[in-house]
Amino acid sequence: MSAPELDSLRAELLAAIAGACDLGALEDVRVGALGKKGRVSALMQRLGSMPPEERRDFGQAVNALKTAVAEALEVKQQELASAATAERLADETADVTLPVREGPLAEGRIHPVSQVTDEITEIFADMGFSIAEGPDIETDFNNFTALNIPPEHPARQDHDTFYFAEKPDGTRPLLRTHTSPVQIRTMLKEKPPLRIIAPGRVYRCDSDQTHTPMFHQIEGLVIDEDTHLGHLKWVLQEFCRAFFEVPEVKMRFRASHFPFTEPSMEVDIGYAKVGDEIRIGEGDRWLEILGCGMVHPNVLKAVQLDPKKYQGFAFGLGIDRIAMLKYGMPDLRAFFSGDLRWLKHYGFSPLAVPTLAAGLSR
Amino acid sequence: MKFTLSWLKEHLDTEASVDEIADTLTRIGLEIEDVFDPATALKTFRVAEVVNAKKHPDADKLQVLEVDTGKERLQVVCGAPNARVGLRGVFAPVGAYVPGIDLTLTKVKIRGVESNGMMASERELELSDEHSGIIELSSKTKVGSSAAKALGLDDPVFAIAITPNRPDCLGVRGVARDLAAAGLGKLKKLPGKPVKGGFDNPVAIKLEFPKEAKDACPIFAGRLVRDVTNAKSPDWLQRRLKAIGLRPINALVDITNYISFDRGRPLHVYDADKLSGAIRARLGKKGEKFVALDGKAYAVDETMCVIADDARVLGLGGVIGGEDTGCTEETTNVFIESAYFDPKRTAQTGRTLNIQSDARFRFERGVDSEFVEPGLELATHMVTEFCGGAPSKITIAGKTPKPTSAFKFDMALIGRLSGLSLPYSEIRRRLTALGITLEGKANVLKASPPPWRPDITGAVDLVEEVVRLIGVDHVPATPLARMAGVAAPVLTGLQARQKRVRRLLATRGLVEAVTWSFLPLDVAKLFGGDQPELTLANPISTELSQMRPSLLPGLITAAKRNRDRGFSDGALFELGQAYRGAEPTDQYVAASGVRFGNSALDGAGRHWSGETPAADWTAVKADAVAALAALGFDQSKLMIAREAPAWFHPGRSAVLKLGPKVTLGVFGELHPDILATLEADAPMAAFELFLDNVPPAKSKGTAKSALEALDLQPVRRDFAFLVDGDVDAGNVVRAAASADRSLISAVGVFDVFTGKGVPEGKKSLAIEVTLQPRNKTLTDAEIDAVAEKVVAAVAKATGGKLRG
Repeated sequence: MSAPELDSLRAELLAAIAGACDLGALEDVRVGALGKKGRVSALMQRLGSMPPEERRDFGQAVNALKTAVAEALEVKQQELASAATAERLADETADVTLPVREGPLAEGRIHPVSQVTDEITEIFADMGFSIAEGPDIETDFNNFTALNIPPEHPARQDHDTFYFAEKPDGTRPLLRTHTSPVQIRTMLKEKPPLRIIAPGRVYRCDSDQTHTPMFHQIEGLVIDEDTHLGHLKWVLQEFCRAFFEVPEVKMRFRASHFPFTEPSMEVDIGYAKVGDEIRIGEGDRWLEILGCGMVHPNVLKAVQLDPKKYQGFAFGLGIDRIAMLKYGMPDLRAFFSGDLRWLKHYGFSPLAVPTLAAGLSR
Repeated sequence: MKFTLSWLKEHLDTEASVDEIADTLTRIGLEIEDVFDPATALKTFRVAEVVNAKKHPDADKLQVLEVDTGKERLQVVCGAPNARVGLRGVFAPVGAYVPGIDLTLTKVKIRGVESNGMMASERELELSDEHSGIIELSSKTKVGSSAAKALGLDDPVFAIAITPNRPDCLGVRGVARDLAAAGLGKLKKLPGKPVKGGFDNPVAIKLEFPKEAKDACPIFAGRLVRDVTNAKSPDWLQRRLKAIGLRPINALVDITNYISFDRGRPLHVYDADKLSGAIRARLGKKGEKFVALDGKAYAVDETMCVIADDARVLGLGGVIGGEDTGCTEETTNVFIESAYFDPKRTAQTGRTLNIQSDARFRFERGVDSEFVEPGLELATHMVTEFCGGAPSKITIAGKTPKPTSAFKFDMALIGRLSGLSLPYSEIRRRLTALGITLEGKANVLKASPPPWRPDITGAVDLVEEVVRLIGVDHVPATPLARMAGVAAPVLTGLQARQKRVRRLLATRGLVEAVTWSFLPLDVAKLFGGDQPELTLANPISTELSQMRPSLLPGLITAAKRNRDRGFSDGALFELGQAYRGAEPTDQYVAASGVRFGNSALDGAGRHWSGETPAADWTAVKADAVAALAALGFDQSKLMIAREAPAWFHPGRSAVLKLGPKVTLGVFGELHPDILATLEADAPMAAFELFLDNVPPAKSKGTAKSALEALDLQPVRRDFAFLVDGDVDAGNVVRAAASADRSLISAVGVFDVFTGKGVPEGKKSLAIEVTLQPRNKTLTDAEIDAVAEKVVAAVAKATGGKLRG
C-alpha cells in the first residue's frame, strides 16, 4: 500500500470517527479499524510478509496511523460520553423551587412557661439553689396556718382559695394559692442551711384580663444563721439582671406586708414603654414583679426551727408575668389556650436550651 | 383608703409636695394607687366678673354679657337667669373641655351673636345637679384667679392601698403619723376636749354575753344628744366626703363617716325615738332577722354579735346598722354608739353574710381600743356644733380590752435581720414617732406598742417598722456567699428527666401546651376521674370544676379547638401533673401528646412529596418509645400489653409495661365514642407516659461500656412465617430472638402481608434475623442449625409455619 493510500485510509477513518453520533457507532468504527479483523490491524499483519527494506518505513507509517486513529477514538469517546452524561442529567432536572419538609425540629416548640422556668433554674442553680417541689392539692396548714395566716386572718380573703369537700377528719384540702407551702414542706424535711427555689402551678378563684384561675409562681427560700435583707436584695438584683439580660435593672423596694415575712417588701422594676414594647432597664416607669421578705419567726416556729438561731429570706414571683415582660407577650389567658398559632409564635425551639455560658436567650 | 391633701394637713404639718408625699407613702408601705388632682381638669377655668349685660337682640331668654376674665374682656352669650352685672362666676374659655356637657368649647355664633366661651353652672362642672343658674362666687374672689381654687377643688386626692396589718392607716391621722415618722413633717397635736353632759344618759347599755364570748364586745360607750336639727353637714365636710367617693347623707351620718375615715374609728348613730328600752349588745339568736342600712334583710345566728333593744335586733355590731333605727332629717334625738368589736367575730360575721362595710373593714383589722371614749367625744363635739342639741353624760359598759403586752426588744436585731447599721438614737427616734414606748437605756429595751397598732406584737415587728421608715433602698446589697468551687448539679433525677423528655418531644415536632389542671366533671369522668375528693367545692365555672385524671382531655380539646379554627393537622404535648386522688402521693407527672389530622414525625398536613399518614397508633407509639429511650430506659425490658383504658381504640392501642406491675405509659388511637362526646374529629392518636414510674437510668460512673465492633461480618437471614391473623408480631420477634441468644444480635420485621397467596385468617410476617459470629466465620451448617432453631422457636411460641 502506498503512502497516498495510507493517507486516504487515515482520512476515511478520522472522518468516520468524527461522524460517529453515539458510543455504539464509535465502537463500530473502532472495531472496523483497530479490531482483530480491522483494516489497520490487517495492515499490521501484512508487515511480516514484507521485505525488510520496506517493512521499516511501512511499519512506522502504519503505527502512526494506528496512534492517530486511537487518539481520535479516545477524544471522540470522551466527547460522546460527556454528551451522554449531560443529556441524562438534563433529563434528571428537578424543580428545586419545590418546598421541602424541614423535619420535626422546625415544628416543635417549648412553651414559654417551661422555657422561662429553665432560665430561672439556670440562674439560681448558679447561686447554689436547688429545686423543691410540692403538691397542688395542699393542706390548710401548709398553705395558710404554718405561714402565719391563722383561720381568721384577713389575708385569707385576699387569696380567693379553691377548696375541696371537707374530709371525714374535718380538714379541708385546697388548691395551693401560692408556692409558699413548699417552704413549709422543705423546712419540715430538711435542716438548714437551705437554698431552694420552687416553681409550680398555683390557683386562685379569679378570672379576668390579667388573672387566670391557674398560673405559675416561683418561690425562693434561703435559711441559715446569718442571711439578711441585704443578701435578699443582692440575690434579686443579680437575678433580674441575669434574667432580663441587661447590664443593669432599676429596682425599687417598697415596704409591704405578707403574714409569712417580716420585714416584707414588694419589688418594682423600672421600664420604658416604646410603642407596645416594654423595655426593662430603661425609662422611669415602675412595674411590680415580686413580693419578698425575711421569713417570719412564726413560720420558723411552725416548722420547729428556732428563730433565735435561724433566719433567712423568701420571695415569690409570677413566672407567667415575668415571661410576658421579657418576651413581650400581651395576654396571660393565651398561655393556657393551647392555640397552635400562639404556641408556635411565642414558643421556643427545643434546641434553645438556656445556659448561662451561652446567654439565656441566645 | 382615700384622703385629700388639705385633710392630711389637718393632721400633718408639712411643706412636702404632692409628689414627695406620694413617693414616701409608696416607699413606706402605704402604696399609692392613684393621685387625682381635680384642679387639673379645670386648669383653664378662671374666676370672671360680668361687667356688662344686655338682652340678646334675637332671643328673649338670652343675654349678651361682657365678661372680665382678668386678662381681657370677652363677649359671652348666656341663658342663665341669674347672670347680671357684678356677678363673679366661673368662666370656661374657648378650648376648655366642659365635663358636664361633654364638650370642648369653640368660638360660636348664637342666633347671630358671637360667643367666646361660657359662664358655667355647677352641673356643667359636675359639681352637683344644680342647673338653675350659673355659679355665683363670693365677691371677694379675685377676678382672673383659678376657678378650681375658688371652688375649693384645688385639693389633690390620694388613694392608697392599705395592707391588712395596718388598721391605723384606715384613718387619715394614722397616715399622717406614718409620714411624720418617715421624716415628712410633724404630726399635729389635736387634743380632744370632752363635751360636758348636761343630764344622765336615759338609754341603758347592756353587754349580755356568755362567758366564752365576752370578748365579742368588751366595751360599749354611748350617749344621747337631745333636740338636734339633722340638716346637711357643712360644705367643707361634704366636699371631703365627696372627694373620697362618699355620698353626703345628713349631718349625723356624715359625721360618723367622717370620723371613720379621719380617725379610723367607726361609730353608729341611732334615732333614739325609735329605740325601745335598753341597747343590748349580745349574741344573735336563731330566727332573728333585721333589715340593714343597705336595704337587705339578714338572718342572724348565735355566732354573731348583734346590737338589739328590748324589742328586736337593730344591727350587727361592727358590721352594719339597721334601717329602721337610722338617722334621717326628722331625727331630733340621737344616740351615739362607740364600741369595740372583736376582729375575728366581726370578720366571720361579715364573711358569713357577705357584707362589706367601712365599719367591718376597720373592726376586723382591729381599731384603736383606747379611742372608744375619745371617738364618742369627738362625735358629740361635731354633732353639737353642726346640729345643736344637748348631750347627756356618757355611759360606758364593760372596759377597754387589755393592750398588747410589752416585749423585750434588742436593737441589735435590726442589724442582724436587715444588714442596716443604724445608731440606736435613730432607732429610738423612729419608733417613738410611731407612738411606741421604749424603756431602758442599753440596747435591750422594753417596748410597748400603742393601742392603734395591734399588729405590733414582737421585736421583729419593730425591725419592720424601722426598715420601712428608713427605706429598703438604704439596705446595702450584700452578695450571698457562693458555694466553693464549680456549682454542683441541683436538679433531682425526676426533674432532669422531665426536662429531657420535654425537649425530646419538641424535637419530634410536638408543640408544648399548658392546659388547665381542672376539667368539666363529665369530661374528667370519661377519663376515669370523677372522684368526689377531686371536685372543687367552689369552682370558677363548671368548665373548671374537677381535677384532671390525665393530661389527655385537655390536649384533645385543645386539638379540637385548633381544628375548629382551621388548623386541621398538628401535634400537641404537655408535661405536667395529674391527680389520682387528693393526697400528695396521688399527684403524678405525665408526659402526654396528641397527634391530630395528618401528623407524623416527618411533619403534618399535605405535602407534594407524598401523603402524610393520618395520626395513628404508629406515630404515637414512636413518640412514646423515643421518649422512654431518651430517658435511658432499656427497650428490651419493654412489654406491650393490649390493655389500654377505655378511651382508646381497643384494637389500636396498648399499654407499655415494665414487668406485670409497672405501667410506664399508654398509646394508641383514641376511641371514636370519646372523640364524638368531646366533639372532636378523628383522626386523633395519643400517648401518655407516667414519668414517676420510669426507673432511673442505671449509671455506674460516666464511662460507657466498651464498644464491641467485631471484624467478622454479620450474617443476615430472612424468614417468612405464615401465622394466624391475630398473632402479634412482637411475639414472633421475641421467639426468634430467643432461639440463640449468643448468635442472634437483632431481629427486624420487614414485611407484613395479607391477601393474595395468604390463606383467609392468616398473615405473612417476614423477619430478618441478624447473626453475629464472635470467634470465627460461621459455616453453612452452623447457619442452617440456627435457622432451624428460629423456625422451631417461632412455631412453638405462635404456631407460625415457614412459608413454602
